[in-house]
Amino acid sequence: MEKKDFEPQILVFACNWCSYAGADLAGISRLQMPVNFRLIRVMCSGRVKPELVVKALTSGVDGVLILGCHPGECHYLNGNYYTRRRGIILKSLLEYMGIESSRFKIGWVSASEGYKFSEIVKEFVKEIKDIGPLNL
Amino acid sequence: MIEEKRIGVFICRCGNNIGDVVDVPYLVDEIKSIPEVVYTEENYYTCSEEGLNSIKNMIYEKNLNRVIVAACTPRTHEWLFQKVCEEAGLNKYLFEFVNIREQCSWIHSTEKEKATEKAKNLIKMGISKAKLLKPLKDIRSEIYPSALIIGCGIAGITAALNLANQGIQVHIVEKENICGGLLTEINKLYQTSLPASNFLDEKIKNLIKNRNINIHLKSQVKDVSGYIGNFEVLIQNEKKIKTIKAGVIIVATGALELKPYGLYKYKEIDGVITQLELEKMLKYNSFKAESVVVINCVGARNEVRGYCGRICCITSLKNSIIIKEMNPDTEVYILYRDIMAYGRELENYYKKARKIGINFIKYSPDNLPEISLNEETIDVYVLNEITGKGINLQVDYVILTTPLIPADDNTELSKKLKVPLTNDGFYLEAHQKLRPVEFANEGIYLCGTARYPSNITETVLQAYAAASKASIPVKKGYVETSGNIAYCDEELCSGCGNCFFVCPFEAISIKKDAENKTKPEIIGIKCRCCGLCVSVCPDGAMQQNSFSDKQILSMIKTMDE
Ligand code: SF4
Ligand code: SF4
Ligand code: FES
Repeated sequence: MEKKDFEPQILVFACNWCSYAGADLAGISRLQMPVNFRLIRVMCSGRVKPELVVKALTSGVDGVLILGCHPGECHYLNGNYYTRRRGIILKSLLEYMGIESSRFKIGWVSASEGYKFSEIVKEFVKEIKDIGPLNL
Repeated sequence: MIEEKRIGVFICRCGNNIGDVVDVPYLVDEIKSIPEVVYTEENYYTCSEEGLNSIKNMIYEKNLNRVIVAACTPRTHEWLFQKVCEEAGLNKYLFEFVNIREQCSWIHSTEKEKATEKAKNLIKMGISKAKLLKPLKDIRSEIYPSALIIGCGIAGITAALNLANQGIQVHIVEKENICGGLLTEINKLYQTSLPASNFLDEKIKNLIKNRNINIHLKSQVKDVSGYIGNFEVLIQNEKKIKTIKAGVIIVATGALELKPYGLYKYKEIDGVITQLELEKMLKYNSFKAESVVVINCVGARNEVRGYCGRICCITSLKNSIIIKEMNPDTEVYILYRDIMAYGRELENYYKKARKIGINFIKYSPDNLPEISLNEETIDVYVLNEITGKGINLQVDYVILTTPLIPADDNTELSKKLKVPLTNDGFYLEAHQKLRPVEFANEGIYLCGTARYPSNITETVLQAYAAASKASIPVKKGYVETSGNIAYCDEELCSGCGNCFFVCPFEAISIKKDAENKTKPEIIGIKCRCCGLCVSVCPDGAMQQNSFSDKQILSMIKTMDE
């Protein structure tokens, strides 16, 4: 497939308290985004088991984005610190598996950052378009 | 026995919000042929009486055991649909919400076909999750019977008195060293023409007298932890930090008047003042003028600040009338863009201003009035938008009507409370119409100008509303928290203890099972459903019923190619 026609499939995990609210605000503000992403709500970004990310990437998803509250602001105190720490290990695991680690990204979006939500999503879709399809 | 799934899907048009972008009839057609989906319908508004009744009826009629609503956001409407399911005898955890508005129609409004396909896929993902849902029971916990109110302006005071008079302990945290907020600077209230202090002093007297109310002046909120029924709030004054326990929190932090530096020579020419500065002069009888110009919409409805200050037009009418009534010979000119005098009373008020001889001149935002200093007077040049003629005025004062703006510390406090702000920086309620005085986060309420500029009547109404909402859980004495707590499949658990170490709320203890093996035990009441333990369990033994690995994986598998 030509890179330019490639429409990646993006999975976004968003924590219920900050990032999902940020996504709601992006919606309320009618910020336009590419249709490529599907969002799965979880209670905390720290709920996202690395295994889920790997399974997604090995079953047809081209990129996974985890969004949580800003460090220090997790609704559950320190959930997103786990997200961050595990993210580093997960990236090297992906490289080891032969998957570009940039197909996985973590971002912090607060409830008032609708604009940031839309920017992160747009940017990530673009980055994954540039990398191209994930052929395992 | 494997239970037969009987899924009902209700797709909402949300008026035009979804229906104009997403092809809802097509979705109904596509979804109804999915195995185990036994019923599908579209609604103009699923959250209307009609929509809700239809859900109930179909649960009976079609014997549904899973209900899916594809509509707006679970953050505002989940509770409503869950309640309806319960009323029809269906466990509320067998309900699944699919967001096709914020997640689809609103953000892909120009790509209708693609948005429709995405909505279809989102619903399918929801169906795959719903099949794996299990019925759960909520957990009841006691509520700490007190309220914490942040801000001691008229909103905070009204809410405090209301709660205290119901017998509820109230703590008010105020960063200034006096009570009363913005109202302390106001001269008279509009329409009644009564001094603001009459009204305020009375309230403050009652506040101080009330045994159920503790006022913490010169204090700021340092940190907030906990959840509805059980908040712990650290507050700091000059000397020390203390912890206050509260069942509910009300945000009543108010707003500030915009000081329009850089506009119309404010603070460059002496007689250029704001409405609030004028109020002070009027209050202390130090205002005298032969002629004044009032400029409305200063720093509002422009590129920097898109919103209308809502109460400023009326403030300008009020003070102009007061000036005119003090001395009918004073020339008063109001330069305006539009006069927002809403409601019958305010319309009459506007008529009165005209009748007593206040002059109204409409200016256009493309041709702002110009101010310059003459020897004795201030020169104002304005182009009358209606007649197209330029007008020169010589006046003693130029009064700038500026909007209320969000308090400086909204950003910081909103982060501590984990509640959202609007783009303009005011607090954002859970839902404009359905939940106007509370946040999506349970147990935190909102009133007054912290939310948006509002006049005293509106602020007081909101404060009553917030107080009565906040008193519900306190009076009930308990709150029900989510039943979506962690659970451990002991067959799979190897007893590693990861979950015990990771839980931020000490909701897991370690026990020995019958064979003397180490196993975790979840203390339901303490579990806050974060799912951290689920994510660290190497054996997949720890799960959460409404966000299990299986459910998430099935959603991922259902994503379009
Ligand atoms: S879900 Fe969170 S709060 Fe509940 S037991 Fe697990 S780690 Fe603790
Ligand atoms: S993390 Fe999993 S395996 Fe380890 S003790 Fe907890 S439930 Fe058992
Ligand atoms: S709740 Fe948002 S990251 Fe933990």
